[in-house]
Amino acid sequence: MAIAVCAAITLLFLDFTGCLHHYWGWLAKVQLLPAILAGNFIIVAVLAVLTLICGRIYCSVICPLGIMQDVFARLGRLKKKNRYNYSPAKNILRYIFLAIFIIALVTGIGSVVALLAPYSSFGRIVENLLSPFWIWGNNLLAYWAEKTESYAFYSVDVWLKSGLTLIVSILTVSVIGWLAWRNGRTYCNSVCPVGTILGFLSRFSLLKPVIDTSKCNSCGLCARNCKAACIDSKQHSIDYSRCVVCLNCISICKKGAITYQRRKSDAVDQIKNKDEQNIDKGRRSMLAGTASLATVSLLHAQEKTTDGGLAIIIDKKIPKRNQAIRPAGAQGEKHFTSHCTACQLCVSACPNGVLRPSKNLETLMQPEMSFERGYCRPECTRCSEVCPAGAIRLVDKAEKSAIQIGHAVWIKQNCIAANEKDICDNCARHCPTGAIQMIEQNGKPAAPKIPAINTERCIGCGACENLCPARPFSAIYVEGHDRHKTL
Amino acid sequence: MEEKNKSYINRRKFLKRLGMGTTAVSVAALTGCKHGKNPVTDENLTATRVIPKDQMTYRTQPKSGDKVSILGYGCMRWPTIVNEQGEEVIDQNTVNQLVDTAIEHGVNYFDTSPAYCKGGSERATGIALKRHPREKFLIATKLSNFASSTWSRKKSMEMYYNSFRELQVDYIDYMLLHAVGMGDGMKRYEARYIDNGMLDFLLEERKAGRIRHLGFSYHGDVKVFDHLLAQHDVYQWDFVQIQMNYLDWQHAKEVNRRNTNAEYLYGELEKRNIPVVIMEPLLGGRLSKVHDHIVARLKQREPERSVASWAFRFAGTHKGVLTVLSGMTYMEHLLDNLHTFCPLQPLNDEEMQYLYETADLMMQYPTIPCNDCKYCMPCPYGLDIPAILVHYNKCVNEGNVPEDRQAENYREARRAFLVGYDRSVPKLRQANHCIGCKHCISHCPQGINIPKELQRIDGFVEKLKQGTL
Repeated sequence: MAIAVCAAITLLFLDFTGCLHHYWGWLAKVQLLPAILAGNFIIVAVLAVLTLICGRIYCSVICPLGIMQDVFARLGRLKKKNRYNYSPAKNILRYIFLAIFIIALVTGIGSVVALLAPYSSFGRIVENLLSPFWIWGNNLLAYWAEKTESYAFYSVDVWLKSGLTLIVSILTVSVIGWLAWRNGRTYCNSVCPVGTILGFLSRFSLLKPVIDTSKCNSCGLCARNCKAACIDSKQHSIDYSRCVVCLNCISICKKGAITYQRRKSDAVDQIKNKDEQNIDKGRRSMLAGTASLATVSLLHAQEKTTDGGLAIIIDKKIPKRNQAIRPAGAQGEKHFTSHCTACQLCVSACPNGVLRPSKNLETLMQPEMSFERGYCRPECTRCSEVCPAGAIRLVDKAEKSAIQIGHAVWIKQNCIAANEKDICDNCARHCPTGAIQMIEQNGKPAAPKIPAINTERCIGCGACENLCPARPFSAIYVEGHDRHKTL
Repeated sequence: MEEKNKSYINRRKFLKRLGMGTTAVSVAALTGCKHGKNPVTDENLTATRVIPKDQMTYRTQPKSGDKVSILGYGCMRWPTIVNEQGEEVIDQNTVNQLVDTAIEHGVNYFDTSPAYCKGGSERATGIALKRHPREKFLIATKLSNFASSTWSRKKSMEMYYNSFRELQVDYIDYMLLHAVGMGDGMKRYEARYIDNGMLDFLLEERKAGRIRHLGFSYHGDVKVFDHLLAQHDVYQWDFVQIQMNYLDWQHAKEVNRRNTNAEYLYGELEKRNIPVVIMEPLLGGRLSKVHDHIVARLKQREPERSVASWAFRFAGTHKGVLTVLSGMTYMEHLLDNLHTFCPLQPLNDEEMQYLYETADLMMQYPTIPCNDCKYCMPCPYGLDIPAILVHYNKCVNEGNVPEDRQAENYREARRAFLVGYDRSVPKLRQANHCIGCKHCISHCPQGINIPKELQRIDGFVEKLKQGTL
């Protein structure tokens, strides 16, 4: 079941067609942290009750990162059996991380929250490291489909959305993977804030694995197979704040001394150990994106002398925006940054190449919009459908078409029409709200008309910016709004 | 027909004699090619049709007595490959093979221009032809001074002399004023050939023998065509190249008011005994890639001939036609055309009538009359105009342009249109990037209002994407 859940969530991140969401979308929404952020108290309550009854079963079968660690751990066990040992809880470390996490959550430092949250880490790993291969596989199928005139598969672009996020993902997967390979659930029991919170509850859980001291011969086999390193076979005790209820101990015990049952005395000796473990903090290393100097060069229609061939198209570059653009449903900068866990689900779901992780340190890896590859199309509300954390609230197409997330700004120097290179009305023609009209240049009735933006009607979808023929910088770009409003 | 009967009998006799089952025969048919005496190897029974090498139909140019093959090779659509630098260049090896096969079967007329294939056609054609004796082929090229930067006498002369160098020849058999009538008609024609004295120069060159025949190709404003024919006594046109096919015979004007029906053009030339060279006999493949209903209609009459063969036979049937040009990119096109023309079997009156009726039916399908000639390219804003229009036409012919959401096959058609669109045209070169600068309009020999069509297609795509059709 754990494998099925993990596979389903992985596919949720890999799926770019949007159809899986209908079936498995809830899997993202039952994740604890997103549910808390989304204010989905029913799910939080259900998870709390589940933990109070069954223990930290959440960590074994719901959390995808937990299951991913088990996969790594399984690989580690292939090499050496019975490899774990009991180790005392590193409570100080746990509480420090939890404290950092809560402070960051309250003060709205999204980047720290995103780094620590387990589900987000998993999302990033899949989106950055697995999804390119998935899409390349799809593109291969699309290539074959094209050969056979089939429309079953279509090709999708693979592009580097953010180098920094990629590096963070690689570091996360290597650190967590390495820890899991060596010691099982070290991350869950020393770093993960969700694990720590659930640990509080699971101490008091109704059902738990219990060692029957009359049967136990203290062979230690269970301790050596406990990936949470929480069974102290000498003391016949189990640290239930760390036990993730994988129940491996029950099946491995030759004497049948461990059972999953109710137990009355639930307080277990807390063995305090002040050993500090060095946690690699390398994944916080930051790289400043180097902005390459770009000279604005306007496309100029040259007279053709021969037939055929294709003009070279320069790639668009990201314009400097004073305010990042967030998708409709995000309500505004504050709501968005304080709710988003940077899980990248929306980034992987965006079919228009608009959403990508932010490079800004405060909102690191939280998605922002830009329109070099496409624009926020009127028929699409996919990000708002998938967001499990309520950072992008659900909006329908009609609502979306009236939510102003930003407004277009015209840059005269770049405009082909204003510079009388050619007539052009591509921005006006593609504006879904009709916010752009073409007007005469003052005192020059014969000159090409220029766009006039009615910012009251502009919703900031970026169609104008994306379809503007000026390259690499468009002559019209969108500036985000701090607070979204409905027109 | 007689031969066919004979082979049939042979086959039956053979079967009887050996008393074999059909399975054995099919095996023999597959493996028997090497055994010359085996009756089953008759070409009618195998997949490959052997095309006779000495059966090409020829027409005579009355002035010089040139024997011109009825199939002429149009060098506008040479095959391309991507080279090591990632550029699309002409695939010279394949061009050589195509030219060799064509000459081997009696094709001797090769029509090129300094503008074709991004300016590479003349050189590629020259290289391929240089490998054959000069008397084996006739070269036709053009003074393609379309751009205003080439209208000066100096620039036009440079273009003319360059053709000799590129083609590696010291005389040109057929020289054309290229596409007169395009742009703003008479004005453009005068700027290109009269004001700079180029026409007088070309007449001199003809006298000197460096040009053996002088003619013009025509598109667009019919006033220029009429004017040039009125001057026939002065210029003595040796041939004229026009667009002619069974659709344009009577429907050219219907498709676009700027165009003239081929029936009129051909009639005027025939009256004056001016040999006619046919271009766009197949409309760039549009008369081959037709709606399934049309395929069925034509196949019903001639199940063993290709759809394209009808168009070629139509062009060739007219007695005043010197040669029918076909831009054959692929070997199978060349072989199919050779099959049609070795020898040409003219259409009778009843078959002609059948084609005219077919043309009437074709007019019901709202395809855009783009022949993929690429004269509009490169679009300064990077669009792949012909690819967009060809994709649209393909979808029209395959029934994938739904009229509304209630259409029976709406979902499949929508998917086929949109997925196929992204496959045929890279996103950045699609119709939504057309800014309406209108540079392309004057380049289109078919007089298509390209920006208008592109914006219409863009509007359709938007509706499909948004589901608001």
